[in-house]
Amino acid sequence: MLAFALRRLLVSIPVFILSTFLVFLLVTWGADPLAQLEAKNPPPSQAVINQLADQLYINHSIPARYWHWFSQLFFHGNWGPSVQSGTDIGQLLSTSLTLTARLVIVATILAVILAIIAGVVSATRQYSKTDYTITLIGFLFLSLPVFWFAILLKQAVVNMNNSLNWYWLSTYGANTPGLTGWSAFSDAIGHLVLPTIVLAMSSYASWSRFQRASMLDVLGSDYMRLARAKGLSRRQVMIRHGLRTALIPLTTQVALDTAAILGGAVLTESVFGWQGMGTMLVNGINAGDFNVILAWLTVSAIIVIVFNLIADLLYGVLDPRIRHA
Amino acid sequence: MSTNSGSPAGLSDTVLTVDNLTVDFPTPDGAVHAVRGVSYRLNPGEVLGIVGESGSGKSVTSMAVMGLLPKTAKVSGSVRFRDRELLGLSDNEMKTLRGNKIAMIFQDPMTSLNPVYKVGHQLAEAVLAHHDIPKAKARARAIELLEMVDIPQPDRRVDQYPHEFSGGMRQRVVIAIAMANNPDVIIADEPTTALDVTVQAQVLDSLRAAQRETGAAMVLITHDLGVVAGQADRVLVMYAGKPVEIGGVDDIYYNPRMPYTLGLLGSLPRLDQREAGRLTPIQGSPPSLVNLPLGCPFTPRCPLAQDVCETREPDLEPVDADEAGPDGHRSACHFKDRVARHRPADLFDETSADAELPGDFGSDSTGEEQAEPHGPTDVRSVNTDFGTESDRDEQL
Amino acid sequence: MPELPREDPEPTEITPSAGSERQYPEREFTVKARTQTQLVLRRFLQHRLAVVSVFVLLAVILLAFVGGPLWKYSYTDITPDNSVPPSGNHPFGTDNLGYDEFARVLRGTQRSLEIAFSVAVLATAIGTVWGAVAGYYRGWLDSLMMRIADLFLTIPILAAGALLSHHFQTAGWWALALVIAGLAWPAVARIVRGQTLSLREKEYVEAARSMGAKDGRIIFRHILPNVIGQIIVVVTIQIAFAILLESSLSYLGFGVQPPDTSLGALISNAQSALQGGLWWLFYFPGIFIILISLSVNFIGDGLRDAFDPSQQRVRA
Repeated sequence: MLAFALRRLLVSIPVFILSTFLVFLLVTWGADPLAQLEAKNPPPSQAVINQLADQLYINHSIPARYWHWFSQLFFHGNWGPSVQSGTDIGQLLSTSLTLTARLVIVATILAVILAIIAGVVSATRQYSKTDYTITLIGFLFLSLPVFWFAILLKQAVVNMNNSLNWYWLSTYGANTPGLTGWSAFSDAIGHLVLPTIVLAMSSYASWSRFQRASMLDVLGSDYMRLARAKGLSRRQVMIRHGLRTALIPLTTQVALDTAAILGGAVLTESVFGWQGMGTMLVNGINAGDFNVILAWLTVSAIIVIVFNLIADLLYGVLDPRIRHA
Repeated sequence: MSTNSGSPAGLSDTVLTVDNLTVDFPTPDGAVHAVRGVSYRLNPGEVLGIVGESGSGKSVTSMAVMGLLPKTAKVSGSVRFRDRELLGLSDNEMKTLRGNKIAMIFQDPMTSLNPVYKVGHQLAEAVLAHHDIPKAKARARAIELLEMVDIPQPDRRVDQYPHEFSGGMRQRVVIAIAMANNPDVIIADEPTTALDVTVQAQVLDSLRAAQRETGAAMVLITHDLGVVAGQADRVLVMYAGKPVEIGGVDDIYYNPRMPYTLGLLGSLPRLDQREAGRLTPIQGSPPSLVNLPLGCPFTPRCPLAQDVCETREPDLEPVDADEAGPDGHRSACHFKDRVARHRPADLFDETSADAELPGDFGSDSTGEEQAEPHGPTDVRSVNTDFGTESDRDEQL
Repeated sequence: MPELPREDPEPTEITPSAGSERQYPEREFTVKARTQTQLVLRRFLQHRLAVVSVFVLLAVILLAFVGGPLWKYSYTDITPDNSVPPSGNHPFGTDNLGYDEFARVLRGTQRSLEIAFSVAVLATAIGTVWGAVAGYYRGWLDSLMMRIADLFLTIPILAAGALLSHHFQTAGWWALALVIAGLAWPAVARIVRGQTLSLREKEYVEAARSMGAKDGRIIFRHILPNVIGQIIVVVTIQIAFAILLESSLSYLGFGVQPPDTSLGALISNAQSALQGGLWWLFYFPGIFIILISLSVNFIGDGLRDAFDPSQQRVRA
């Protein structure tokens, strides 16, 4: 198992390096900080433009620029300068990330639990009313734009809060500044509920379908039949043999969807006015802030790769065939 | 094993009685009548072979006995274990019998074991399902069981996963699971079909050992008459969801009374025959079980078919007065007396399958055979020559 | 179904020895043999939601592409009515500038559909060829191609799409479609590769190879036709995905730009309108997105059932 883990870890390193290169290419292609500066009215002097170009190391070949950025980041811990005045990218990243991580982690756990329950119930009662209801809800959320649902929910809660005159469930921001202790905690939870529901439901939709399918696959398998023939009850077979085996594909699916969850978080934060990774990205793109966008995409690549690594290891734990291979 | 078709087993001794069992599956095309009235009795320690083509209902019959058919299946008739009626029992009641009194072995050993659990765990699980004993004891029993089915180094193998076992060894593990609680009946559904011929013999040995150790009666389901010949005391032949012949193994092999049985025997290679005869295939394929017409379902493929076969399905009846006992030789054919006078090659055309091949494929076969104008319709026309064996011999 | 008139059997006088040639009814084939297409169609028609969805989707397409140009207002017309709720004159109401929301929604639907279908076709085409080649040749080429595809999966499509489409904003909707397709194909490639890997071991591929068929012929004539079921399902997934992604990008301000509009852009504009009580500006474009993506998802589900009915049965 240790050898397996080490091997997987070693494989992720080149993937990460190549991924940063791809990200770098994308950003050099998509963001042009100088053009933004030149488009300003009144146009800044050539000296100012040259200074920025120098600062951003922009008039060099792409490999040179990449190496410059890479070595600055990994040997000096320096994310590079931002074009937005007064912005320290490292600082921005750490505050945005803590905020978004809270949302993403809670929402993912919630979505996984809901998806497993829904998938199992749906599969074991295939073609029952329960199955149809769960399936319909799944399809509805699969087809719903995240932000539309978020705005709808937000508006509904605003109306509810106004009529109840109780404002614990917050519809805007990640917390109320100036609180301490228990009230700060309670306040944070109140701010977390709605974005979490929105983000969880967007993942839940596809995962519950996925879990239903893999559960159905397992239900039809010969070893389930043999387990029943041994004299185990339906429930014992379902949990010990069915669920245990059907969970294996879901771990991979969740890891594969990490990038999509981050995308969903961007939208959710935008609706609920969180100053997290979503805001960082949107502002960065609008400002043509080369290094901010690069930092954002690098961090998201790290998160995706780490999650896939964890899923791989988990897969090894759950499925002995992989571990021994 | 010797035939005991005449054994005077009393009714109370019977471990398993299946009586007029029918199973229907609703489908969009209409109900599939998978099993249409199967009856058999299983005496203690006896091996009953159930033979038939795929789709003849032999597996569905045994799943119905185990109570493991999907809920959509409509089952009627009667299944009795000793004196207890099993049809209509709740799942909780069936659970105490499954794996304990009646055990089952499935066809594909590669998929019968859960890949994520150790072999020992899956064996112990079978023991623990019916016995409240410490885990250590269940594990000891698992090792003992592995030893019984000739798994080498059972104390080491018990901690391995199924993917570390070969197909034959996995099937022996499945057999060990079936033996775990010393059942009275073991149902083996095509236990060797998915295996290499070379390991089939070992698995059959283990199966025999399992039966010897537990003293269980066995239902051996297979489409391989060769397997049945070596293992079974009695044989039940099924066609289109119905038994068409039942009898002692020697009766079936040496005195078949149903053209279908005869056809099956004709398609079996024989080493004990003096003249090296050709194999004789049965033309056509089994009928759809959705809209079975009146009459005997074997009619379109039967060389003996007459008008009566179109209109009335024959019952399973003793082949003659001597066989009227409960374990007697019975067959379902309007012309069971006439079948007795024939060898497979007399009725089923040896060469018709070859004749259907494209011409250039048969370039190495003799012109004689190619010249024969036997298409599928000619198989039927044989019945007009019925009884004139000399004519047929000349043609061949 | 009406019975087709059958040709009469041969006249009796030609029949020799009528006594021996008994008439055999068609007993083995009482259930008619069906072709693969008929089977798939039949199973699809059993999925009632999928069948309804086909009609809903067709109605939406027709409304957007035919109804849009015929409607009395164009999406650029500024009417004298500001912020009026739905009425006979303005079925979906108007916004604060006087734009007729019905005309805007039809135009937005048209754009969203154009983008979604272009993405689906492009991403599926690239992904299919990529996956089939990787799966067919295996070895280092497979590793290389799939590692490249995997790299794309480390990038959130929404983020990369926002970055690139922002950059190509002036080029128009097709640039947005290109960007999304360029990021979405690896998911297709993974699926097709998996299928190819198992199909290339099949006997008929072996047979084609042994008869000297070229690799290209084997891939396109023997392997891909057998993946067609999965590919069609993937197309529907891609359409639904692209509809949602386009609307998300437009919502964030990175998608379709004014004066053109899309369903996502309409919702984006209507966000504050909802608070101001102009609910029609928010609900109608949203409902159209849901109608499209829900019906596409149902059609995909119906097709999956139709092509691969294995999941419809449960044994024990």
